[in-house]
Amino acid sequence: MHPAPSVIFFTVSSGLGFGLLAWLGTGNPAVNGLSAFVMYFLGYGFAVGGLLSSVFHLANKKNAIKAFSQWRTSWLSREAVLSVITLLTVAPYAIGRIFFDTTLETLGLIGSALCVVTVLSTSMIYAQLKTVPRWNNGFTPLLFVLYMISGGALFTDRVGIAVYLLIALGILQVLAWRDGDNRTVNNKTDMGTATGLGRIGKVRQYEPPHTGQNYLLKEMAYQVARKHVLKLRLIAFVAAFLLPILALMAFADTPSFGAPMALVFHLLGVLASRWLFFAEARHAVANYYGR
Amino acid sequence: MTTLPTQTDKKLGLVIDLDTCVGCHGCVTSCKGWNTQNYGVPLSDKDAYGDPSGTFLNRVHSYEVQPDTGGAAQTIHFPRSCLHCEDAPCVTVCPTGASYKREEDGIVLVNENDCMGCGLCAWACPYGARELDALAGVMKKCTLCVDRIYNENLPEEDRIPACVRTCPAGARHFGDLGDPNSDVSKLVAERGGMDLMPELGTKPVNKYLPPRPKDTLDCSQSLEPVATEAKGFLGWLDKALEKL
Amino acid sequence: MGATAGTRIGARPSPDVSDEVRQTTCYMCACRCGINVHMKDGKVAYIEGNRDHPVNKGVLCAKGSSGIMQHNAPSRLRAPLKRVGPRGSGEFEEISWDEALEIATSWLKPIRETNPEKLAFFTGRDQSQSFTSFWAQNFGTPNYAAHGGFCSVNMAAAGIYTMGGAFWEFGQPDWDRAKLFMIFGVAEDHDSNPIKMGIGRLKANGGKIIGVNPIRSGYNAVADEWVGITPGTDGLFILALIHELMKAGKIDLDYLSRYTNAPAFINESEGPEKGLLLRDEDGKVLVMDRKSKDLVPFDTKGVRPDLNATHERDGVTHRTVFHSMATRYLDPQYAPEAVADQCGVSADRIKAIAALIAKTAFDEAIELDQPWTDFRGETHDKMIGRPVTFHSMRGISAHSNGFQTCRALHVLQILLGSVEVPGGFRFKPPYPKPVEAHPAPHCGVKPMSPLDGPHLGFVRGPEGLALKEDGSPARIDKAFTWENPMSAHGLMHMVIANAHAGDPYKIDTLFMYMANMAWNSTMNTKGTIEMLTDKDENGDYVIPHFIYSDAYSSETVAYADLVLPDTTYLERHDCISLLDRPICEADGAADAIRWPVVEPDRDVRGFQSVLCELGARLDLPAFVNEDGSQKWADYADYIQTHQRKPGIGPLAGFRGEDGDQNGRGAPNPNQLDAYIENGGFWVNHIEEEAQYFKPWNKAYQDWAVEIGILDTPMPYLFQLYVEPMRKFQLAAEGHGDRQPPDHLRQRIKDTMDPLPIWYAPFEGTLVDEEEFPVHALTQRPMAMYHSWGTQNAWLRQIHGRNPLYVPTKIWEANGFKDGDWAKVTSHHGEITVPVAHMAALNDNTVWTWNAIGKRKGAWALKEDAPEATKGFLLNHLIHELLPSRGDGMRWANSDPITGQASWFDLKVRIEKSEAPPDESQPAFPPIKSPVGQGPEDLAWEVGK
Ligand SMILES: Nc1nc2c(c(=O)[nH]1)N[C@H]1C(S)=C(S)[C@@H](COP(=O)(O)OP(=O)(O)OC[C@H]3O[C@@H](n4cnc5c(=O)[nH]c(N)nc54)[C@H](O)[C@@H]3O)O[C@H]1N2
Ligand SMILES: Nc1nc2c(c(=O)[nH]1)N[C@H]1C(S)=C(S)[C@@H](COP(=O)(O)OP(=O)(O)OC[C@H]3O[C@@H](n4cnc5c(=O)[nH]c(N)nc54)[C@H](O)[C@@H]3O)O[C@H]1N2
Ligand code: SF4
Ligand code: SF4
Ligand code: SF4
Ligand code: SF4
Ligand code: SF4
Ligand SMILES: [Mo]
Repeated sequence: MHPAPSVIFFTVSSGLGFGLLAWLGTGNPAVNGLSAFVMYFLGYGFAVGGLLSSVFHLANKKNAIKAFSQWRTSWLSREAVLSVITLLTVAPYAIGRIFFDTTLETLGLIGSALCVVTVLSTSMIYAQLKTVPRWNNGFTPLLFVLYMISGGALFTDRVGIAVYLLIALGILQVLAWRDGDNRTVNNKTDMGTATGLGRIGKVRQYEPPHTGQNYLLKEMAYQVARKHVLKLRLIAFVAAFLLPILALMAFADTPSFGAPMALVFHLLGVLASRWLFFAEARHAVANYYGR
Repeated sequence: MTTLPTQTDKKLGLVIDLDTCVGCHGCVTSCKGWNTQNYGVPLSDKDAYGDPSGTFLNRVHSYEVQPDTGGAAQTIHFPRSCLHCEDAPCVTVCPTGASYKREEDGIVLVNENDCMGCGLCAWACPYGARELDALAGVMKKCTLCVDRIYNENLPEEDRIPACVRTCPAGARHFGDLGDPNSDVSKLVAERGGMDLMPELGTKPVNKYLPPRPKDTLDCSQSLEPVATEAKGFLGWLDKALEKL
Repeated sequence: MGATAGTRIGARPSPDVSDEVRQTTCYMCACRCGINVHMKDGKVAYIEGNRDHPVNKGVLCAKGSSGIMQHNAPSRLRAPLKRVGPRGSGEFEEISWDEALEIATSWLKPIRETNPEKLAFFTGRDQSQSFTSFWAQNFGTPNYAAHGGFCSVNMAAAGIYTMGGAFWEFGQPDWDRAKLFMIFGVAEDHDSNPIKMGIGRLKANGGKIIGVNPIRSGYNAVADEWVGITPGTDGLFILALIHELMKAGKIDLDYLSRYTNAPAFINESEGPEKGLLLRDEDGKVLVMDRKSKDLVPFDTKGVRPDLNATHERDGVTHRTVFHSMATRYLDPQYAPEAVADQCGVSADRIKAIAALIAKTAFDEAIELDQPWTDFRGETHDKMIGRPVTFHSMRGISAHSNGFQTCRALHVLQILLGSVEVPGGFRFKPPYPKPVEAHPAPHCGVKPMSPLDGPHLGFVRGPEGLALKEDGSPARIDKAFTWENPMSAHGLMHMVIANAHAGDPYKIDTLFMYMANMAWNSTMNTKGTIEMLTDKDENGDYVIPHFIYSDAYSSETVAYADLVLPDTTYLERHDCISLLDRPICEADGAADAIRWPVVEPDRDVRGFQSVLCELGARLDLPAFVNEDGSQKWADYADYIQTHQRKPGIGPLAGFRGEDGDQNGRGAPNPNQLDAYIENGGFWVNHIEEEAQYFKPWNKAYQDWAVEIGILDTPMPYLFQLYVEPMRKFQLAAEGHGDRQPPDHLRQRIKDTMDPLPIWYAPFEGTLVDEEEFPVHALTQRPMAMYHSWGTQNAWLRQIHGRNPLYVPTKIWEANGFKDGDWAKVTSHHGEITVPVAHMAALNDNTVWTWNAIGKRKGAWALKEDAPEATKGFLLNHLIHELLPSRGDGMRWANSDPITGQASWFDLKVRIEKSEAPPDESQPAFPPIKSPVGQGPEDLAWEVGK
């Protein structure tokens, strides 16, 4: 799939924002007043920024508002609705923290849960697609949620738990990559089932339907070379997990220094892995074009 | 609402005969012509006289199949457009309600006034049947020529999709696949019409008729000579002429 | 959550389709389908097929369906152009029509006054050849032809000499009744939609198709059996089928004896009579009646000609044509085993195909309960049909052995008795027509007078050649000379080369219409460009003047001194005439028109109308009234009022003052309106009794006379043995007073055999097979028409570049991968181009789509358009001359009988390009576009 910057930024940024808000909602770190304001400002900033960026991806933005209408069937619509509900639910809690030094504990937890559910629904936009075997499995929601929680943990200096989360996430990510490779190759769908001609024999494209470009080729037949993939996976792995863990351990005594550093590494790594998430994803339509 | 109808009154769709399609692309441009002028925004072309990239609702691929049974490779021309799936994932994923499947005839349409151009429906469609128009920013797809098939401004015989009307080889058939007695249903039954990617559970309405077996001539057959050389042949000839 | 639903379309929407429908004829190719042009706000909104039209019955191909993009193409010329830069630069000045015609007249008038042959007027794939040739004849130049010589004259000439009509668009399989259809060397053909419709119908009826073609695409893809033959060997394959069928006696003896010259007698004496047919004093071929043993003219009432008679006269033995055929084709050299390797088809397969043909023709014969009466007066109570039918086109005709191969195929059809019978091959009126009904070529030139007769025709022997008194060629293209005696369509592909060389003579003005001769329609493109731009020692162009009519900014426009811009096909009158290349169906005569469904928005004029005016300015006798004023205001006027013969005009429908006469009748001043009223066409159906056996069917012959197709009934025999060919051989053997030059004698003896033979295509025999082991072909893409398609924004997305397709064996041997490029070399040139893999391809053949590659700056495209950077022409590898022979002579790369350009004889070598270039090679400098560039984006919708 075409790795559109707006969508990569959207998922990474809103994941981070909701991750931060989720941790804040647990009341730990117990920030108040100005520091709470800064934290919530950043949390809202990343979450809303991400959501706005997703609007950039729309070819017909004037109808964006209609995306709230189809929550009964559409994960994208659910995500839109949930993100608004979540942001509204978190708001009173945040206001309590910032301005009134009060903690609406239950509301906070509900807000945190909603943050998780929102990111879950984002992940389901991808995970639901049977057309993309690499996405259409449990790893997708698990990874999205774990990325969110780890990012939030780093953001909120939860060094101890962050190390364990990053280790778990690192392992999961590697498993997901391997699983994805496997699914991309070993699924029932191929040029033979796409054309129905597989029953005769081995099918190959001899002439494309058009020599000109089109939306499908740009959007769904994106290809990255295997050698670039391996390089990027390495970069993503080192940046998202290895370096943050090292940074956290190296600066174990000064978490306020180590955690932000870890976070920066981590975010770069997440961007790389998210780029791969799209770029590596092979869509069923690619079968028609022999790509 | 993007909830799929539990059942449609009819299942209108196309039956495409892969044994007969010669790959002329007639259906491609007649579709483009009709739909540029009719339903919704025109199908645009970017960089039309440079390195072009345009919107089409129907495309014809060309494949080669190397038969498992050996023998020469075969060439098959393969038109691809929306299959108007019963279980259309493109509809349920649509966040705006722009995509819908009609209860009356099962046609899957995009209401362009509602579409926000997110592209998710195209991601959900396994068949590459949806193309986002780059100029208008809305999703385009085969409408099954909904603006022809009921159109009282057209003579009755023309109330069929543009691509079906134009197909020179007669490789495209239109009708109600929900009615087992319709011509198209009978054709599907007779010729073993198939679904594309049935494993994805979309339950396409459109069916493809598989190519008939090729290169089946029995090469042990040959003619019995009446004579082996010219002289004998002329003898035979005289006798044969007598009988005329 | 409330859904913010916009308005969905209604359940049963019934929107307005258009304000008005105007019915005319498509011209995205030469198939000439009927179209309904839907108009909105006075503009063309949508084009669909006309269901009532005899050609397409409502369907349209990809080109026809996107006509709107051709009609509105940004490459349309806008006004007459006068060259201001050097030839080929593309620098022009727009001028008025008055000035343009003034210039043309100033060049042409002196030519006509002194030596009309100094004008060479050649036209491309237009459909007004009866009009353009009429103009040229009036001008008085012998140098006129259309494009048939480089196209498919082998097919046309072999068909007419053999059976009085050809495939091409002059006949068709009996689609509804055929059970086996064999198609040789066809990718698309002129009869584009009818063939597709026919294949569809045949398949729906359960019929079988055998495709004989090195490449399995298009029609061959849907064929049940694919015979991936080695290019140039079809003749052998067909003769092997004939061998098998004859040997097994699976031939239609009754048909052969009644309707062909199989029972005619060949003179076996040595000397000037050898090989000629026995005739009576009136020149009628004699046959022997089987019962009475009397020698009588072939058309004698009640005669049953004997196929196996011998006749001695004056000590000379005469044996039948059929006897010669048996002797020749039963010879083991034609046995499947003997030809299998060369054809690349196994002997078993050839035999099995012969068996299938025989089984279908004879065991599954059809009988129609339809009585008919033959020309000998015998009434048959049934029509017996042989449901095996054939079609073929350039795959066999565009080889240097093409004429003989086409002949072989026709002979096969005739042996099966499957021509003009139910289930077989059927002619479309005005065919069948024997050679005798065609003109012979004329070349009598006299200043200020018309030529002494039609330019083109069918020679009957050496006496018909177009030679000057000194024996040199009378025509610039050397048509009808010893090099290619039966060149019925001329040799357009030799005109520029000969004019440049001054061989046989120099010309002054080259006048061309609708042929992209500086690019895709020429061999040796680069050389042709050089010839057009070459200057003599005085600094003048070697070809002094070049006038060209095109509708679009093609490559050739850039080389003209004066450009006469034509309209698009929706903006002009045209006439698809029975006098020309008609649109008839086997069971009816039909013709059609185009008319301006929209008026041009540019300063352009229909070329034929321009000829009307130019003719008048030049005082051409037929183009002026007695007072010297212009006779026909425009082409529409000509179409309605011109009469070829009394009562016969360009259009056969709605004749007579009141428009109630068919075929013959006085001119009708409202004829065009009547056509428009009728949907743009006219058909006259043939009654059932007359629908088959047309060459011999009394009812058909009478109908043909009534409708004006024939002047009198002309029943004739199919010419298995073509006597005129024998006459050329006799000349080569030294008989007669018109003698060929010595260097051509042997070739004439070898190739002009009156019974079909096979010889290896020339190029392959003259190059080193090891150096150039691979055959290289082109095919027409169904969705493109030569160079025109490229300006069409929709079609160019389908075919915007062309790879060279390479078979698995060569692909693997070279270690090719997707995205690779290859260097392809012929004896003449070298190209470097992208390659692609194709498995369903003859092992020893590579190919590409024809005419996709474009010159930078042409067609209003951007200079980096894929057509100009990745697309390419194979033409750079093909030369108009063959490699030199042992004696240093270079013969034309053409069929030695008809002069047909041998495009498909090309042999090449292919190597992987290790350092692929940025763009296909050779690359040419850009032309300056005389029409600017097309717009960036399109969203074509009118009237909303
Ligand atoms: N769409 C479209 N239609 C057209 C045209 C066009 O440009 N586009 N052009 C028109 C014109 S001008 C013409 S002349 C006709 C020509 O129509 P076709 O005769 O169909 O011409 P080609 O495309 O040249 O196809 C030649 C075919 O012969 C095969 N072939 C080559 N060599 C051999 C051989 O030795 N043996 C056999 N058996 N096959 C061989 C090639 O593989 C190819 O399939 O089409 C007309 N119709
Ligand atoms: N390698 C290779 N080369 C081939 C062939 C092949 O098989 N292989 N085939 C050969 C054959 S059979 C043919 S027929 C030729 C065809 O080649 P061409 O005769 O050159 O055919 P087109 O490319 O169609 O070009 C005709 C010209 O007519 C112009 N034109 C289009 N419409 C109109 C109009 O309405 N009015 C006027 N005045 N002009 C118009 C176009 O702009 C174009 O410049 O190519 C030959 N060249
Ligand atoms: S083919 Fe694609 S667009 Fe059409 S209904 Fe099925 S899923 Fe939707
Ligand atoms: S692109 Fe339009 S139709 Fe498709 S899912 Fe998005 S809003 Fe719905
Ligand atoms: S049914 Fe209509 S919209 Fe669909 S492919 Fe055919 S022409 Fe196009
Ligand atoms: S119009 Fe018919 S024959 Fe041509 S590509 Fe389409 S389906 Fe095939
Ligand atoms: S075959 Fe196609 S391009 Fe040619 S006349 Fe017919 S519709 Fe037009
Ligand atoms: Mo041609």
